[in-house]
Amino acid sequence: MAGFLLRRLINHVVLVAVATSLAYMLAAIAFDPRSNYQDRSPRPPEAVVDARLDELGLNDKTPLFERYLAWAGGVLRGDFGPSVTGEPVLDDLARRAGVTLRLVLTGLLAGSAAGVLAGAYAAVRQYGVFDRLTTGLSFVVLAVPVVVLANMSIIAATWLNDLAGARILLVSGEATPGLRGGFAAHLADRVQHLALPTFTLSLGLAAIYSRYQRNMMLDVLGADFVRTAMAKGLSRRAALVRHALRTALIPAATYFAFSFGALLVGATFTEKIFGWHGLGERLIDSIFTNDVHTVAAISCFAACAVLVASLAADVLHAALDPRVRVS
Amino acid sequence: MTPPVLEVAGLTVTFPGAGGPVPVVRGVDYAVAPGEVLGIVGESGSGKSVTALAVMGLLPPRATMTGSVRLHGEELAGAPERRLTAVRGRTISMVFQDPLSALTPVYRVGDQIAEAIRAHRRIGAKEAERRAVELLDLVGIPSPRQRALAFPHEFSGGMRQRVMIAMAVANDPDVIICDEPTTALDVTVQAQVLEVLRTAQRETGAAIVMITHDLGVVAGLADRVLVMYAGRVVEAGRVDDVYHRARMPYTRGLLGSVPRLDGGRARLAPIDGTPPSPGALPPGCPFEPRCPAALPECREAEPPLVAAGGPGQAAACVRAAEPVADPVADPAEAAEAAGADPGTAAGRADGRPERAVVLRVDGLVKHHPLVRGAVLRRRVGTVRAVDGVTFDVREGETLGLVGESGCGKTTTLMQILELAAPQRGTIAVLGRDTARLRAGDRTAIRRDLQVVFQDPLAALDPRMTVHDILAEPLRAHGRPPGPRVRELLGLVGLEAEHAGRYPREFSGGQRQRIGIARALALEPRLVVLDEPVSALDVSIQAGVVNLLAELKERLGLSYLFVAHDLAVVRHIADRVAVMHLGRIAEIGQVDRVYAAPAHPYTQALLSAVPLPDPARERARRRILLEGDLPNPASPPSGCRFRTRCPRFTALGPAERDRCVREEPEVRLLGGDQGAACHYAERVDVM
Repeated sequence: MAGFLLRRLINHVVLVAVATSLAYMLAAIAFDPRSNYQDRSPRPPEAVVDARLDELGLNDKTPLFERYLAWAGGVLRGDFGPSVTGEPVLDDLARRAGVTLRLVLTGLLAGSAAGVLAGAYAAVRQYGVFDRLTTGLSFVVLAVPVVVLANMSIIAATWLNDLAGARILLVSGEATPGLRGGFAAHLADRVQHLALPTFTLSLGLAAIYSRYQRNMMLDVLGADFVRTAMAKGLSRRAALVRHALRTALIPAATYFAFSFGALLVGATFTEKIFGWHGLGERLIDSIFTNDVHTVAAISCFAACAVLVASLAADVLHAALDPRVRVS
Repeated sequence: MTPPVLEVAGLTVTFPGAGGPVPVVRGVDYAVAPGEVLGIVGESGSGKSVTALAVMGLLPPRATMTGSVRLHGEELAGAPERRLTAVRGRTISMVFQDPLSALTPVYRVGDQIAEAIRAHRRIGAKEAERRAVELLDLVGIPSPRQRALAFPHEFSGGMRQRVMIAMAVANDPDVIICDEPTTALDVTVQAQVLEVLRTAQRETGAAIVMITHDLGVVAGLADRVLVMYAGRVVEAGRVDDVYHRARMPYTRGLLGSVPRLDGGRARLAPIDGTPPSPGALPPGCPFEPRCPAALPECREAEPPLVAAGGPGQAAACVRAAEPVADPVADPAEAAEAAGADPGTAAGRADGRPERAVVLRVDGLVKHHPLVRGAVLRRRVGTVRAVDGVTFDVREGETLGLVGESGCGKTTTLMQILELAAPQRGTIAVLGRDTARLRAGDRTAIRRDLQVVFQDPLAALDPRMTVHDILAEPLRAHGRPPGPRVRELLGLVGLEAEHAGRYPREFSGGQRQRIGIARALALEPRLVVLDEPVSALDVSIQAGVVNLLAELKERLGLSYLFVAHDLAVVRHIADRVAVMHLGRIAEIGQVDRVYAAPAHPYTQALLSAVPLPDPARERARRRILLEGDLPNPASPPSGCRFRTRCPRFTALGPAERDRCVREEPEVRLLGGDQGAACHYAERVDVM
């Protein structure tokens, strides 16, 4: 198993390098950092702009391949280059990655757990009230854009706060600036901020997971081994949880790992609306500011995330399913 | 008499259907005494498996059940779920048909057995584990301590069925219900599993309800037998009474239609028609439309099960009181009585008639590479699917190619059909070497070489009418279909108006007839048949076997007949080749090989096939093979059979050495019989 994972890892490192290089090339060709200086008044002289761009490694008068080599050399040393404002790209991104991870991880865990449970229960009671209700709700959630969903949850939270007469759910930012108090107060504040965006993010995930898990569960409900478990004298509930659900979790685990990778930069809308300064927000901003290096760095991070997730999916799959373990 | 452990009375099970409720079980009554073995036989759709599930309370929720199921006098029908879980697996347990899917794939087998124990007893995990290992030992799993840690996919089918049995006896139950426990297994493995069941019964003293379609299995194991048809018991009684003095024409028909290992080549007696679908039963007796002895009153009301014949025997037939002849009398005598010439068999034994060879396979080899890895693919071994096979088929002759799953018989057949150069060896079809054929020759030879597949529904295009299916080969070879389609339908016993229908509108037996008609469209000389009757019920199978025999006579065909059922091969083939791990173990004239097989593998195979005759079946000495088929990627050195060979274990060290070093070639033993064994010796195993 270790050898298998090592081979996978090597394959993946190659893929990350290719993906990141392509992202850099695309951004370097499409973006025009020079235009950042043209709207200023007074307009800086061209020589000054050239000098500044050379300093940043963004001068379009230098051949693309030369710029790429200089940048790639830096990346190998762990330096992703400066952003358009001149600060190192990584300083800002490291903090933002933490913010995004916190949001995505909690959202994904909550969403997949809720989705798996709802889907499994709906399958057991196929065509029952709960099944029809979750089917209807999940299609509504999947059909409504995240923007609408997020704003609706903000309105609902504000209404709830008014009703309670206290600020229970906080709708903007990740923490209250300048908050005084001990660790407990800080923790409570973070949780209050985290609740709404997590809910919004997990709702969509739960909708997808519940559909997926329902089908998986229906496949194994009629399986012979569930009947065997009941013939052994296990109660229906025990047979369903221990034998049916456990087996039906295998494909969901793979899906879990992959959606984690994709969400790292995919939670942009949620971040923007709730004022979380995460990676998705930064990606959009850097496209507007023609920030080639930041775009490439975020692409690299996303590629790594997807590939780490794929490795995690392999490990998870092998942990859950003895049939795929490579001896 | 002791009170019965299990009593079923007036049991009915109904499933919802498109056109209203479908009664699948319609009033079944039986009782099982402690330690008794009750056999329940019937064809597919007779309701025998559903009855078992109803007794266990494991019917799917959409089914409705009425009637009474009493276990030690306690009513289980309608009992609360809590009560049923307490009984299931403890007092009454079950062994299911398909061991491949009946074990949860993600748990270790030891844990699954331990779970069965801990569901009923408050014992620690360690102790349950210890007990699980003991149970694995009881059912004959070698090195049980290590194997308890294995997962189900690491076990062969026979091993998994042993695990199922271990689980069923884990709590020392009083009743074990076995639902077709050996149907998916090879005959030698079936013999092993039945032996394990006998051991399990001896250890627990449990009563066994044995559900099967195999009349031979019941004959060897059961004390009493129930015959089910269309959701009802139509005959019940002691095994000897039912097999020798059946009062119900269906039972007699069933027994008459089974091809027998100890039988001659007399025509089988199929039952006309097909079993009725549970949603559309005929009025009166459901067997009446197929019954050769029907009377007008049979159509009026369904006859009840009434006592008739021997003690405890009962039959649901208006003519139950009439005495009958024995349908399973010695087949040789029966053939004589029927006026068959006993001399034909002896006449054939002298040798093969000198006729043109239509198929010659010489030293055929087919190895599959075993590869690993997705990106960096590398070869890690070789599966020797076919490893040097030699045989020929002459004009008007049928060669049966038999062996257990994985022995290479289907691969051999596919190699022949490919009409290409084999990896090694030669194949000559109708005198033409396939390695030297050009595209045009290949088309011409395909006209003379046709094939019938195992699963007719998968082999016939569901979007084509029967007419199109039969006309296609004709058109492909530039002949006008014209009246030939009607002629072909007549040839296989179908009506001309069937031409406009689609394959799904036919029953299994009729579909296989369409497959045969398609193969015959171009008037071939050699027909290759891949398990053509193994998917069919016995009463239907007999009709197709008869048809094949008749067509061969009329059209002068040669058959290469691949099958795992040795009794069917005995019935249809002139010569038989027994394959084991990619090589031929024994080959020769059918009567000689079956009467006195010389290779220990053939002897074990033949002795493992159960005979549908209680007295003979019980009197037989069985040669049990140990373990499973060796891995074809790494066969044993020398003789490939030596690891399982009963004769090898009886040899002295010097003689054994030869088996280990030297691979035996097929060696003639006089007459038309040869065996690939250094110490071949003809033995009667019947």
